[in-house]
Amino acid sequence: MLNSSALENLEKITQKNMPKEDMISPGHRACQGCAEVLALAMVMRVAGPNTIVANATGCMEIITSPFPQTAWKIPWMHVAFNNTSAVAAGIEAGIKALERKGRIPAKKPNVIAVGGDGATFDIGLQALSGALERGHNFVYVCLDNEAYMNTGVQRSSATPLGAMTTTSPVGSKFQGQQTWKKDMPGIAAAHNIPYVATANPGFHLDLMNKVKKALTVEGPAYLHIYSACPTGWRSKPEKSIEISKLAVQTNIFPLYEIVHGKLTITKNIKKPKPVVEYLKTQRRFAHLKEPDLQFIQEQTDAYLARLQKLEADSASS
Amino acid sequence: MSKAIGLEVSLAIAEAVKQANVDVISAYPITPQTHIVEELSVYVANGELDAEYIPVESEHSAMSAAIGSSAAGARSYTATAAQGLAYMHETLFIASGMRLPIVMTVANRSLSAPISIWNDHSDIMAERDIGWVQLFGENGQEAYELSIMAFKIAEDHRVLLPVCVNIDGFILTHMIEPVTFIDQARIDEFLPPFKPALTLNPEKPVTMGPVGVPEVYTESRKQCEQALWRSHKVVREVFDEWYKKFDHEYKLIEKNGDLQGKTLFVTMGSQGETTMNAVENLQSQGESVGQVRIRLWRPFPREEFLEAIKGADRIIVIDRALSLGAYSGPVAQEILALLYSQEIRPRVYNIIAGLGGRDVTVNDFKEMYAQALKDSLDPNYTIWGVCSDAK
Amino acid sequence: MANLALCAWQKLELGTAITEPGNAAQLKTGDWKTLHPVTDQEKCIKCGMCSVYCPEFCIHEDSEGFYPADLFYCKGCGICANECPKKAITMTMD
Repeated sequence: MLNSSALENLEKITQKNMPKEDMISPGHRACQGCAEVLALAMVMRVAGPNTIVANATGCMEIITSPFPQTAWKIPWMHVAFNNTSAVAAGIEAGIKALERKGRIPAKKPNVIAVGGDGATFDIGLQALSGALERGHNFVYVCLDNEAYMNTGVQRSSATPLGAMTTTSPVGSKFQGQQTWKKDMPGIAAAHNIPYVATANPGFHLDLMNKVKKALTVEGPAYLHIYSACPTGWRSKPEKSIEISKLAVQTNIFPLYEIVHGKLTITKNIKKPKPVVEYLKTQRRFAHLKEPDLQFIQEQTDAYLARLQKLEADSASS
Repeated sequence: MSKAIGLEVSLAIAEAVKQANVDVISAYPITPQTHIVEELSVYVANGELDAEYIPVESEHSAMSAAIGSSAAGARSYTATAAQGLAYMHETLFIASGMRLPIVMTVANRSLSAPISIWNDHSDIMAERDIGWVQLFGENGQEAYELSIMAFKIAEDHRVLLPVCVNIDGFILTHMIEPVTFIDQARIDEFLPPFKPALTLNPEKPVTMGPVGVPEVYTESRKQCEQALWRSHKVVREVFDEWYKKFDHEYKLIEKNGDLQGKTLFVTMGSQGETTMNAVENLQSQGESVGQVRIRLWRPFPREEFLEAIKGADRIIVIDRALSLGAYSGPVAQEILALLYSQEIRPRVYNIIAGLGGRDVTVNDFKEMYAQALKDSLDPNYTIWGVCSDAK
Repeated sequence: MANLALCAWQKLELGTAITEPGNAAQLKTGDWKTLHPVTDQEKCIKCGMCSVYCPEFCIHEDSEGFYPADLFYCKGCGICANECPKKAITMTMD
């Protein structure tokens, strides 16, 4: 297992040396302004051609693989919705056995599992937990667009409080999602895996460096990537990156990493913008009233404070 | 060939899997399959078998991991039963649709509710249409040998489909039976390493499991269907080769007793051995009775079956599962459907016997025979031994 | 019915796999758009941020260091224009 200093010695990805070769071709069928496919492409640019991908059912699967065309330039497999981590575990184990037995050249390809928030937070959580716990050498990438977009914007346990979806509608008794978003990176980190990070394509260098670290550590890594969805969020396609940046600037989606249990906030926001600036960019939040906004602000501040405490504890331990 | 040793059938299956030199085992515990994978984990832990053992967190993941490892080009094995098989359900279709030659032992067990760990065929009958080659073993030696042959059938490039070897739970899995192991060198000669056709290889990238749009879904299913039909011939070839090499004969449809018998029992799985005793007993009393045992359930060997029952006046089909809401059990449905096109058809009696581990004895089979002769059985099906006396 | 099929079943790869990597590049997604990006080369500082954030991966540096969008793929989302630090890109009606 590599220690954190080995990670620090990695050559940093910068605007100048950033990998540009795409492992996903254009011609994919993502919606206009989809930041999810953009985030996925950034991950794969870092991973490069020596990579095998297991993809859960969802937007990324559908938009890249309608027969007879594939957008994938690297080996890719879709099996089902709930089992991507198990499929990735099988791929990793198969390659490991075949390389050890000398039946294939020892090239140690990256094994990356990709799932949306539904595939990660909900239906695939058990398989993910199993694969993280068993210690397979793979990277799990959760592309979180905060609802079941592929099936028509139904709520998931990743949907933020108050957000309107087709199954958390704005009614006369209840308005929008009634629950707070599940702390999925926290759940992943609770498996004591070597690397967990949140990332956001609006901060592409931070994202790419985290991908590199996730691929470098020996054992499981979990990357949680914020993925703006204009279709599901009722936002303007051209605003996807602006919204992504606002999510970080308002601390709605803090960027941090947990290396061998030590948490570091990788993007400290000196003067956070009020959450309302973020919420007003998306019509899924349009119905929220002043007390709702205030509650979300308080919870957001409290969450950041918890992260900051974890960071301080990590630094002093 | 060495001498027979007495051992639990599960351990004989584990030995077969070890001798097949599998690359990846993914398994989740479920009674009565556990002894197989426990033994395999010991082999891996002791370095007797060079394989990756993935102790997955569910059967769904067991099959999913096997799909991943098989797609990577690794010889992959798992075992399950009952609820575990049902939990795998969606992935079973995917394994065959993606043409992955996984081998799985099913220690046949009844399905809940009520929960029951005991033997019948409810589990596999709910998975008839998954596109897998489905074999049934009747005793320890067969369980061992079929488990090796399964890999050869699965990995044949005319097939490239998963194979399921059905072994009755407890009745067979936990029985101590005499089993003769074959030397490793001879197994290696029979079963060379897996040569996959398509793999997840960065040198030659493929997209596996794309979206099957309406313009391709039918053709995709046709490809899988044709591979399964082709396996019929391959199973026969593998059985023939086994006979030549190891002098133990297997047929798709086995027969015993009076081969021209007026009455034939049709059985599948280990219960056939009890039926066999009843048949011998009845024959010694001068009755014209025989037995047909279905070894290959999918693809169903129609011609071999029709040939086997030729000349019979009546057949008594024993089902080990109910097909709720249908007018016969699953095996009888199969047989009734294929008899429809025949000009001469025997009378078919269907008995659902031995559900959830209920014992069925030699005398029970003799009683079934007597009632069939008197034509006093239900024209649709009879649930044998069910207590209906409400007093 | 058969004329609704893409090809005969015998022609399919094993398990309906696709063996031509990245052949989605044949698909012209450019006709989804109503607006397309036009760059004012006077304002452009060649920073390439439009390329970084293009979700169609269709903006690449040309021989002069500018970043034109490949309109064969461009869906006209407008992220490039929105993210351009010099506001050098204008989304224009097709």
